[in-house]
Amino acid sequence: MPVEVRLPTVLRAAAAGQASVKAQGATIGEVLGDLTSTYPEMAGQVLAPDGGLHRFVNVYVNDDDVRYLDKLDTKVGEDDVVSILPAVAGG
Amino acid sequence: MTIYANALDLIGDTPLVDVSSLSPKASVRILAKLEGQNPGGSVKDRVARAMVEEAEKDGTLSPGSVILEPSSGNTGIGLAMVCRVKGYRLKVVMPANVSEERRQLLGIWGAEIIDSPAAEGSNGAVRLAQRLVAEHPEYVFLYQYGNPANPGAHYEGTGPEIWRDCPEVTHFVAGLGTSGTLVGVGRFLKERNPAVEVWAIEPPAGELVDGLRNLDDGYIPPVFLDGGGPELLDRKTVIGPRDSIEWARRLLDVGIFAGISSGAAMAGAVRCARTVDQGVIVTVLPDGGWKYLSTGAWSGDLGEAAERARQTVYF
Repeated sequence: MPVEVRLPTVLRAAAAGQASVKAQGATIGEVLGDLTSTYPEMAGQVLAPDGGLHRFVNVYVNDDDVRYLDKLDTKVGEDDVVSILPAVAGG
Repeated sequence: MTIYANALDLIGDTPLVDVSSLSPKASVRILAKLEGQNPGGSVKDRVARAMVEEAEKDGTLSPGSVILEPSSGNTGIGLAMVCRVKGYRLKVVMPANVSEERRQLLGIWGAEIIDSPAAEGSNGAVRLAQRLVAEHPEYVFLYQYGNPANPGAHYEGTGPEIWRDCPEVTHFVAGLGTSGTLVGVGRFLKERNPAVEVWAIEPPAGELVDGLRNLDDGYIPPVFLDGGGPELLDRKTVIGPRDSIEWARRLLDVGIFAGISSGAAMAGAVRCARTVDQGVIVTVLPDGGWKYLSTGAWSGDLGEAAERARQTVYF
């Protein structure tokens, strides 16, 4: 099942400049796995060596940060939009 | 009437107002804490005073000290007020694309502004401040992102005030910037009642981080990690400028003129209300609307106002 994945500017070069790509999977882990096998240059930027999320990366399903849902096991469906964003400060 | 010895004594003890008429469910109350009532105009007055007084106590600050701080606005303004009253000099490192009013207010209080690149947002301001402090060891670096007095001000002030005024609270919803409010209030409330849910609201990073060279330029405030933020939050959700402005406008219906990040907090409280059957949601509205008049948030078409807000740092 293809899911739309929106990429931050810093990752677009690894996907031939695309701002949004399709990836397969029923969970965030599967979607990111498919994404990084299609675009191997992203692997080190999105995932940590232990297979978890890179600490400076936030991944959202629609508007919710998956770290506070079921992390990589968070389920996604065809109508969901996955967004990858860098962690930023405010204040 | 109480006579206050000093305007800084007006910081804190802000009002909690029932805004449930904006709740999507009759069974879910929403209460808004009006931090714009602080003398410097925002929730950051609490943090500014706490950091300065802590540094006075431990001897880091002494008469004539120069303080340097990265801030997208409100912390800088709060510090500028406190420094003016207490006689310290202040330099604020700020992204070039914050609202004009924030710059004017810093100038009025006598702070010096050092611009950091607009495209790098608050992360860029933090990096530049760290570099300047390394070059100038004489500067006092209070560093709101890593200073325990920041969440401490909320653990000792904002949290107890909410608990005193509303022990029935079931959900606490607040914006995530430095994470000081969420970590301090969240910890206090969960210690009193572990069932209280803590929701973080953040703006979309979007265009403002296009200047980052790679994801390693990302930034997690040490106060968030040191304060156990990842374990404390139950939900973290993004509210965009359109919803933020729509809810800042709707707050006018209940007599509250609040800033854009307050609109985001209110939109988050409403989103939270939609997920529960009943409860009492407390949210923090960080500042008033005054500093955002020049952004045009209240005039004309919502879509156009949102587009303008995208170009400005408002968190």
